Amino acid sequence: MNYTTHSPTPHTHTPGNVNQFMRQVLLAMLPGVVVLHYFFGAGVLFNVFVAMAVALAAEAWMLRLRKKPMRLFLSDCSALITAALIAVSLPVGVPWWLVAVGAFFAIVIVKHLYGGLGQNVFNPAMAAYALLLVAFPMQMTSWPAPAGEFHAAPSFVESLRLFLGLASSDINAIDAMSAATPLDTLKIEVNLGYTAPEAMTQLHWGAWQWLNLAWLVGGVYLLLKRIIRWYIPVSMLAGMLVVASLFYFIAPDRVAAPPFYLFSGATMICAFFIATDPVTAATSPKGQIIYGAGIGILLYLIRVLGGYPDGVAFAVLLMNLTVPTIDYYTKTRVYGHPAS
Amino acid sequence: MSIPTLTPFPGGLLLPAHKENATQSPIINAAMPQRLIFPLQYPAQQHHTVPAVPQVSVGDTVLKGQCIAQGDTPNTSCIPVHASTSGTVMAIEDHPVPHPDDTHTRCIIVEPDGQDKWITRKKADVTTLDNDVIFDRIAQAGIIGQGGAGFPCIDKLHSQDKAIHTLIINGAECEPYICCDDSLMRERADTIIEGTRILQQLLKPEHCYLAIEDNKPDAIAAVQKAAKDTAIDIIVVPTRYPIGGELQLIQTLTGQEVPSGNNPTDIGILCHNVGTVAAVYHAVALDEPSLSRIITLTGDSLDKQGNLEVLIGTPIDSLLDEMGVNRDTLSQVIMGGPLMGFAVHDLNSPVLKTTNCLIAATREALPPPKAEMPCIRCGRCEPVCPASLLPQQLYWYARDNDAKALTEYNLFDCIECGACAYVCPSHIPLVDYYRKSKHHLRQAADEKARADKAKQRFDAREKRLVEQAAARDARKQGGDKQSAIAAAIARAKAKDAK
Ligand code: SF4
Ligand code: SF4
Repeated sequence: MNYTTHSPTPHTHTPGNVNQFMRQVLLAMLPGVVVLHYFFGAGVLFNVFVAMAVALAAEAWMLRLRKKPMRLFLSDCSALITAALIAVSLPVGVPWWLVAVGAFFAIVIVKHLYGGLGQNVFNPAMAAYALLLVAFPMQMTSWPAPAGEFHAAPSFVESLRLFLGLASSDINAIDAMSAATPLDTLKIEVNLGYTAPEAMTQLHWGAWQWLNLAWLVGGVYLLLKRIIRWYIPVSMLAGMLVVASLFYFIAPDRVAAPPFYLFSGATMICAFFIATDPVTAATSPKGQIIYGAGIGILLYLIRVLGGYPDGVAFAVLLMNLTVPTIDYYTKTRVYGHPAS
Repeated sequence: MSIPTLTPFPGGLLLPAHKENATQSPIINAAMPQRLIFPLQYPAQQHHTVPAVPQVSVGDTVLKGQCIAQGDTPNTSCIPVHASTSGTVMAIEDHPVPHPDDTHTRCIIVEPDGQDKWITRKKADVTTLDNDVIFDRIAQAGIIGQGGAGFPCIDKLHSQDKAIHTLIINGAECEPYICCDDSLMRERADTIIEGTRILQQLLKPEHCYLAIEDNKPDAIAAVQKAAKDTAIDIIVVPTRYPIGGELQLIQTLTGQEVPSGNNPTDIGILCHNVGTVAAVYHAVALDEPSLSRIITLTGDSLDKQGNLEVLIGTPIDSLLDEMGVNRDTLSQVIMGGPLMGFAVHDLNSPVLKTTNCLIAATREALPPPKAEMPCIRCGRCEPVCPASLLPQQLYWYARDNDAKALTEYNLFDCIECGACAYVCPSHIPLVDYYRKSKHHLRQAADEKARADKAKQRFDAREKRLVEQAAARDARKQGGDKQSAIAAAIARAKAKDAK
C-alpha cells in the first residue's frame, strides 16, 4: 500500500500545466518562423538556435546561483519562449553576438534579477529588444529585402556568413541586401513631403502581410487551445484600429489606411505572443482589455508620431509599467461587499 | 408556488461528475462494526464548542440512542453524544479522528452487542408540539449540519430571534463523487419534506425552497412528488460548482448576498442541508437522535461502490473492508469531495455526522500533487472565483505574510472552494496558502485582543493607584478631594502624552 496522507486540496485538477502551455506557444510560432525563412532566408533559424542556447545556459546559470531546482524550472520552457520571441523580432541577418547579448540580457537582468519566473515587471524579450535598439540602432533597423520578383532570399551559406559576421567587410553585399521595411518607407516618404497614398505605391508590403498573417494563424490556434484569452489581442487590435481610423479620417494623406498598420511590422506577433505574456500583463479581464488597448494605441502613436518606425517594444514596456495601477483600479466587487 | 428568478453567481466550474458508480444501487445498511468510536468534541469545531462530559463509565452497558456524553451546564455550546447502537463501553481514551491535521480527540469507545436495542422513544404528532418542545428535541438529538461545515443545527435555529423570511433546503450537492444527498432525496423524499415542514412550522418563513442541481432528475421527480400540496417550492438549479455552497445558493435563489462577516440568518435566510432536515424529522417526530447517516463510498480502489446508511462512529476501515477495498491500489482516502475534502490520516478514525463521502482513490484517479511552480500570473484563477476575489493577489500577499494587504483583498471572504487551485496551471496549492494565512491572521488578532485586555487592566490599575494616592494626599491636607484627584489624573495624563 502506498498510502499518502497529506495532499493539499483540491485533490483533482484541470489537465494541463505550465510546460504544456509553453510548448503550445512554441508550436504556434512555427508558421511565423516558416514565413520568415521563406522571405528572408535561414538567418532566422540561426537566430532562434543561438537565442535558445544562450537563454537556456543563462537560465541554468541563474538557477544554480539562486539555488533553485534546475530540472523543474528548465523544463517550464519559459526561457525558450523568451528566446524565440527575441530571435524572431530581430532583423534576419544580424550577427550572432547581437542575438546572444539580447538573450543573455533578457534572462539574467530582466527576468532573474527581478526575482525569476512570475516576478519580472518588464517583458524580458521586449526589454532586450529595446536595449539592443538603443545600443545598436544600425544593425537593429536593417532588415534585408524580402525575397520576391527581383531577387531570392539569401542562400543558407550566405545567411551563415552574415550571421557569423564574415560578410560585413563586403559593404556591397549588405547594401544589396538591406532594404527599408514598409513602415520605414512610409515614414521616410511622408517626411519627404509625399502623400501617404503616393508612398504606398513605393513600398513592398507583401512579405509583411504574409508574416503578420502567419502570426495571426498561430495566435488563433492559441485562442482555440485556450492557452491565451482573447482580451489582450482583441483589445490591442481594436485599440489600434480605432486610433488608426481616427487619424486616417483626419489626415488621409499623412497616414495609411488602418489595415496597413494592422498587417505591418510586429503588430500581430505583439498582439498574440508578446502582449499576452501573462507575467507582465494585467490580470483581470477588464484590466487586460485596458492593457491591450493601451498597447495598440501607443504602438500606433509611436509609429506615426514617434521617431522609430515600429514601436512594439516601447509600447509594451510602457504598458508594463502601468500594470500595478490597472490591476488596482480594476478590482472586482467581492461577494458580500457593497459596491465601492 | 412562487418560483424565484435565478441569479447566477460569478465564477465557478463545470466538473466531471463521477457519480455514476455509486448511484447504481439503492441505499444499503452498512454491517455492524466491531466497535464504535464517539468523539466528545467535533474535530472541525474545536474552536466554537467545548467537549461533552461522559455520562457513562467503562464497563457500562448502553442502549441505542442513549445519551452518553453532554455538556454539564445546559447553556454550554456542546453537542450531546449518543450511542448509535446498544453495547458496552470499552474505553474512554484519546483516539484518532478525521481532520486535515493528524488529530486525536477524547472518545468513548463502544463494543456493540448486536441487539441494536433502543431506548424508549416517544413518537409525537408534530403539529401538536409547542415550539419549545421542538427546539428541545432538536437540541437533544445532537444534530449537526450534514452539508460539510458542520454547524450545530440548533445554533442556526437559535438565531430565530431574527425573523427568517426564507428557508432554503440545500440538495444541490455539487462536488464530484458525492451522491449521498441524491440517494436520500430519491429514496426518502418524504422524510426530507416532513423535516422541512417541521422547520416551517417552527419559523414560519414566507418562502421555502428546496434546491437541486439539474443533473439529478430522479431526485427532482421524487421530491416534487413528495412536496405536492405543501408550501415548499422545488427549485432546479444549474449544475455548476460550488452552487451547493451556502453563500452561492443563497445568491442564486434570492439574488441577495450575505454581507461580509455576517451569517445568512442576519438577513433573514436560513439554509439547511437535506440530510439535516431528515435528521430533524427523526428527532422531532420519532424522538430519535442523530445516530446514522448516508455516506457515499466510492473510488476505484473499491470493489463495490454505493451509498450506505452508516452508524455514526463506525471506523472508516471497516466500511472500506465491507466494500472490498484493494489496499495495493489505494493511495489515499478522501473524506468529503475531491475539491474541499481532506485526506484521512488514520483509517481507524470514525465517520462523523459531517462525513458525506469517502473516496478510496487510486493514484491514477486522484494523483498526488504535482510540483508547485511559480505563479506565471496567467489570471486563470480569477474568473473562476465564486467570491470574486483575486486569488493570485491573495497568493502573493500570503507568501509575503502581508497582513494588511490580505485583509484589504478580503482573504476572509474566501470560502476555500478550491476552484482557483483547480485551474492553476502552476499547480500552486492556493487554498493551503489561504488557510495558513487565515490561521496566522486569527492568531495575531487573538494575541492583539489579549494584549489589549492586559493593557486595559494595567491602565485601570494605574488609574486606581493614582486616585488612591490622590485621595490619601487630600485626606492628609484636609483639602478638596475631587480637585486633588483631578490634578493627579492630569499629571498622569501629561506623563502618558510624553
Ligand atoms: S492560475 Fe496559478 S499561475 Fe495563474 S495567475 Fe492564478 S495563481 Fe498564478
Ligand atoms: S478558494 Fe477562495 S480564492 Fe479560490 S476560488 Fe474559492 S473562494 Fe475564490
